[in-house]
Amino acid sequence: MAVSLHPAAFDPWATLTAHQAQLPPGSFGATAVFVGTMRDFNEGDDVRAMTLEHYPGMTEKHLEGIVAEARERWGLDDCLIAHRVGPIEPGEPIVLTAVWSAHRKAAFEACRYLMEELKHRAPFWKRETLKDGADRWVEKNTEG
Amino acid sequence: MSITVRYFASLRERVGRAEDQLQADGDDTAGGVWSRAVPEQAMPDRVLIAINQEYADADHPVRDGDEVAFFPPVTGG
Repeated sequence: MAVSLHPAAFDPWATLTAHQAQLPPGSFGATAVFVGTMRDFNEGDDVRAMTLEHYPGMTEKHLEGIVAEARERWGLDDCLIAHRVGPIEPGEPIVLTAVWSAHRKAAFEACRYLMEELKHRAPFWKRETLKDGADRWVEKNTEG
Repeated sequence: MSITVRYFASLRERVGRAEDQLQADGDDTAGGVWSRAVPEQAMPDRVLIAINQEYADADHPVRDGDEVAFFPPVTGG
């Protein structure tokens, strides 16, 4: 599957390797990968934990739409998006995007596109628990 | 049939519930659905709206059987 949501910790590198093993050897020349990992700091505060809420159904639909757009625009061999949902701790991967293409330009550009579109369109919301126990919703994305 | 109204994240907490069921009134818009479902609160300025899981504006028509969702700016990735 090009899109997957993970309610428990996942290993992005194992996910990547397993997906690439399904592609015909020699069919692609470039692989670009982005992995987002949870920080223990945000907006100047120490963060102890986070919960990722999503809109079941709409989230998958929009991630699949973003993948389809990227595949068409850059003529890619394949794409992958894996995203955590639910409770998550610092150091755990949140998101994996990967692109396979003939050449590096398409791979780099499409991998960036997947991440930026995901951050702006996919219905996920982060709620942080700070070190002092206070909870707060994350109101906006970081600049990039 | 009816209209399903859903609220997510900070907006769910602000409204105090995750979902409402409304009778369709035949001439609804997404903004009108908010006004009928949450009459005690103005619709937030930065709200995002989805009708049947596609983004839509407040003046977009809503039909019987539709699912209308209201939520704050998304923060995934």
